[in-house]
Amino acid sequence: MILSVKDLTIHIGAARPVEGVSFDIAPGECFALLGESGCGKSMTALGIMRLLPLAAQVAGGAVEFEGNDLLALPESGMRDVRGGGIGMIFQEPATSLNPVLTVGSQIVEALQLHAGLQGAAARTRAAELLDQVGIPDPRRRLDEYPFQLSGGLRQRVMIAIALAGSPRLLIADEPTTALDVTIQAQVLDLLDDLRRKQEMALLLITHDLGVVARMADRVGVMYAGQLVEVAPRRAFFAHPAHPYSVRLFAALPDAERRGGRLATIPGSVPAADVRHAGCRFVERCSEVMPVCRSAPPPWREVDAGPLGQRVRCFLPGAAPGVAPTVGAGETPLAFESKPLLDVTGLQVHFPIRRGILQRVVGAVRAVDGMSLQLMPGRTLALVGESGCGKTTAGKAMLQLLRPTAGSVLLDGVELTTRSTGELRPLRAKMQMVFQDPFASLNPRLRIGDIIAEGMQALGTGAKSGGDMAARVGTLLEQVGLRADMTGRYPHEFSGGQRQRIAIARALAVNPQLLICDEPTSALDVSVQAQILNLLSDLQSELKLAYLFITHNIAVVDYLAHDVAVMYLGRVVERGSADEVLRHARHPYTKALLAAVPRIDGLGKAVVKLSGDMPSPANPPAGCHFHPRCPLADEACRRSYPAERLFGATHAVRCIKA
Amino acid sequence: MSGMAVQPVLLWSDALLFVLIGVIVALVLWARRQDALRAAWARVAQNGVAMAAATVLGVFVLIGLLDSLHYRARLESPAGATARYAVEVNSALDALLADLRLRTEKTYSAPLATHLFAREALENSTQREFPRLQYGGAHLGENLSGRGLDIAVRVLRGVGGGLVVWLLLMLLARRIKVGAGGTAVRAVAVTLLPILLLFGVAISLSGGYHVFGTDKVGQDVLYLSLKAIRTGLLIGTLTTLVMLPAALLLGILAGYVGGWVDDLIQYVYTTLSSIPGVLLIAAAVLMMQVVIDTHPDWFATSAERADARLLALCLILGMTSWTGVARLLRGETLKLRELEFVQAAQAFGVGPFAIMRRHILPNLMHIVLISLVMDFSGLVLAEAVLSYVGVGVDPTTISFGTMINTARMELAREPMVWWSLLAAFSFMFALVLAANLFADAVRDAFDPRSSA
Repeated sequence: MILSVKDLTIHIGAARPVEGVSFDIAPGECFALLGESGCGKSMTALGIMRLLPLAAQVAGGAVEFEGNDLLALPESGMRDVRGGGIGMIFQEPATSLNPVLTVGSQIVEALQLHAGLQGAAARTRAAELLDQVGIPDPRRRLDEYPFQLSGGLRQRVMIAIALAGSPRLLIADEPTTALDVTIQAQVLDLLDDLRRKQEMALLLITHDLGVVARMADRVGVMYAGQLVEVAPRRAFFAHPAHPYSVRLFAALPDAERRGGRLATIPGSVPAADVRHAGCRFVERCSEVMPVCRSAPPPWREVDAGPLGQRVRCFLPGAAPGVAPTVGAGETPLAFESKPLLDVTGLQVHFPIRRGILQRVVGAVRAVDGMSLQLMPGRTLALVGESGCGKTTAGKAMLQLLRPTAGSVLLDGVELTTRSTGELRPLRAKMQMVFQDPFASLNPRLRIGDIIAEGMQALGTGAKSGGDMAARVGTLLEQVGLRADMTGRYPHEFSGGQRQRIAIARALAVNPQLLICDEPTSALDVSVQAQILNLLSDLQSELKLAYLFITHNIAVVDYLAHDVAVMYLGRVVERGSADEVLRHARHPYTKALLAAVPRIDGLGKAVVKLSGDMPSPANPPAGCHFHPRCPLADEACRRSYPAERLFGATHAVRCIKA
Repeated sequence: MSGMAVQPVLLWSDALLFVLIGVIVALVLWARRQDALRAAWARVAQNGVAMAAATVLGVFVLIGLLDSLHYRARLESPAGATARYAVEVNSALDALLADLRLRTEKTYSAPLATHLFAREALENSTQREFPRLQYGGAHLGENLSGRGLDIAVRVLRGVGGGLVVWLLLMLLARRIKVGAGGTAVRAVAVTLLPILLLFGVAISLSGGYHVFGTDKVGQDVLYLSLKAIRTGLLIGTLTTLVMLPAALLLGILAGYVGGWVDDLIQYVYTTLSSIPGVLLIAAAVLMMQVVIDTHPDWFATSAERADARLLALCLILGMTSWTGVARLLRGETLKLRELEFVQAAQAFGVGPFAIMRRHILPNLMHIVLISLVMDFSGLVLAEAVLSYVGVGVDPTTISFGTMINTARMELAREPMVWWSLLAAFSFMFALVLAANLFADAVRDAFDPRSSA
């Protein structure tokens, strides 16, 4: 065993974010710590590295790395282990590199410390490392600054820095959470490749079952500061044993659950300072027995053997699976005569100004001529990687950003030519739910005031204060909260509850169209399931139309009736969900779908994308996708392809499709 | 007998101060009915340090308020004649401290001294001696050996008196059952004890001595320090009142509206802050001085004239010091403007001014509060600097600035005169420290995120 953690316990004041965590990692093995936010997985990694925040301390246990007890090492010895024996990469590539130093000097710094290399030798080695992590033209990149690199490249640089000390163990804390799926696929491939070539063990911390399925040899599931299940990957995905694991799988949205409800885990994770007499999952478990409340469950072998499946649960045998609620499937197309939202040739250009006189020298074409239609009561998913302009498009449709050109018809009324005052009466018809529930609620206002804001501004609500309060109460209950919560402030709520409040706020003015901008991307899987259930309930109850902006293909598959795929400001493929997701024709759509890690662990016939999305300030000539397209030829470089129809609704902008 | 024993005088600064107090009282009464605000203030009350600081601040404010009740005493006149009043305007504090105010010595004397600090030629002697003080230690007579014992007795008596008053207050508090939980009462009680002890000792000693000595013209330094409190409070609060609306309005407008409005406001404050502040203030004060001097008929008494000059100084300090806060607020507004809750409000068609009021302003209040307290101490100091250049408050107005300014010369003397600087410094330190600690606690309590 290269790393052996025994009964690690970490205290922060009265809180116990990690309590009695034990696991081993063999050389060259990938061990995944899986869990939702706040379960203690990052704290465990920081405890191993002895990089805990000041308030936290290791209260007990042992961490053995290559036979040395890390907790007993002096700080100077620990510095050699960090970077030298154990490398670490973090979630956010945007903040883990120093913005004022070149990439090269940051790698060389690590090389000087851990490999003893100086000057030209260090530079050569740094270039080799960049090459090794798949960065093209490494010599030139050495002299660039982090802001000149894309997120994917930055994460590669972080990996190169971590590799500089030739570590035997790499701790990767959510290494791809901030990246797009196509880039995520590249980075995961790279990590897997490095692990095999260099016999490097990998401790992968993630909340994403897909990533686990793609990477891990063994899985440890954490819940409320404890490991609750440890299993080889195959066994874990075939028959998860802990009730919590079972529910995690059931909460995942996918096409089979379409139209049905996702299984959710009731309640929320207990606070870290709660003392537990029995099992930590007891309040949320459906298989609860009297003994669960009185005694902590012991480890139990589900499957004997050194690498067998073990679970911390009283239930004999594996937990019963949650019967998948097979959905009603496709709701029949309601052929409405006219679309609720009809967007044609929408353009949003941001001018680039240079020089003293601030002359316009160019434009960032964030949205560059997109067209789509949304029928009343249906869900249209707008899919694409970050930076493709999907959020900008959503805001331009709401006229939060004024489009440069194009037309937006809402229920037959043109929006783009209306003044702010003329728009106001139309605002009640369309509302938005934002991505980050922590930034979308004013922390200084109480929930009741937040929800009532739209009604007051648009005068749609009740006239008297009492009616208004009653309406706010009804709305809160409609989104699954209690009516007596109106007096609280947003910080008293969890992320999922805040997103419910944001939805209630949007619903307050009785909109017909809700633009949801990644409403679940900041939430945990079990909470995401609750919000998705809520959205589909509201749709069937209120006949809402959703424009669902997302990068999460699984959510699209579960929820959307129609799908539009965006690339660099334009829609490259659109059609019904079945057409786009099962019978994709555009090479970009195919690559996007292939890049999504699947929980069955089966990679599809892989169409891997290389490189990053080009800058919208300077899009490639011809088809924007041709520099990354495996099918591209001379014709693609000449002109942007026209839309070709395959069937009544399926349109693709590709000459090769 | 017609007319009252005194004629009340309401100076402009008094009026503003009372209006300010009235507004604060009204806000408190209003806040008592708001659950959320009451909860926040209850959190302040649970903070021991905050309540201790509030107690100290309360004592300062009380002294300042006493010093703002101005009157003119009635002159002796034959019965039946119309009442005539003195030209001199005094305050309630002056009346309370009449002993200190009237017992002036000839010149410098050290704290608790019995002799002057400088030698003088005595009448029937050729030698230059330290003459006896007229009041300080006069009760000792010729026998100066009893001075140490006398001081010790007076200190003990003062401590005893302070303790008795404190115990009486505590009994009273227990009798009327002060609510608001134990922490607040305990903190106030613990802070009141040393304050009352100090008061007791000071009162007891000042019966026979000059506790902080006397200044160049023989005025009691303790009296000067107490009088300077009002000036400090006025400059700190009134200036902020002048500055705050401009800083808030322009800072938020520049940040939220952007475009040419932003350019214009930025242009104004960059220009304003690139002119040396002291120069600008000096020019404005001199102009104001000329206006005041050419219109002697505007002012009935010299106190009114000094007061007008103090107000003018507040106004001018306010006009020049809004730029820093406005810049801070603009930056923060730029950040807030991009947050999703602002966009959500825009999506409802909420007007720009409503967004600024509901969504931007409340999220800036912590910055406003912090910079106000920072500015409070800065302004008290700025007043000292300006007095040094000769453009500060009226020379007849007693302030920490003028005290520190005269200390400049006193420190250069040999031997050094250190007591007026020490007195001014200790009072200012207590005032500014208490204000800082209290504001910290208020900010913490009102930030919903930190109270989780």
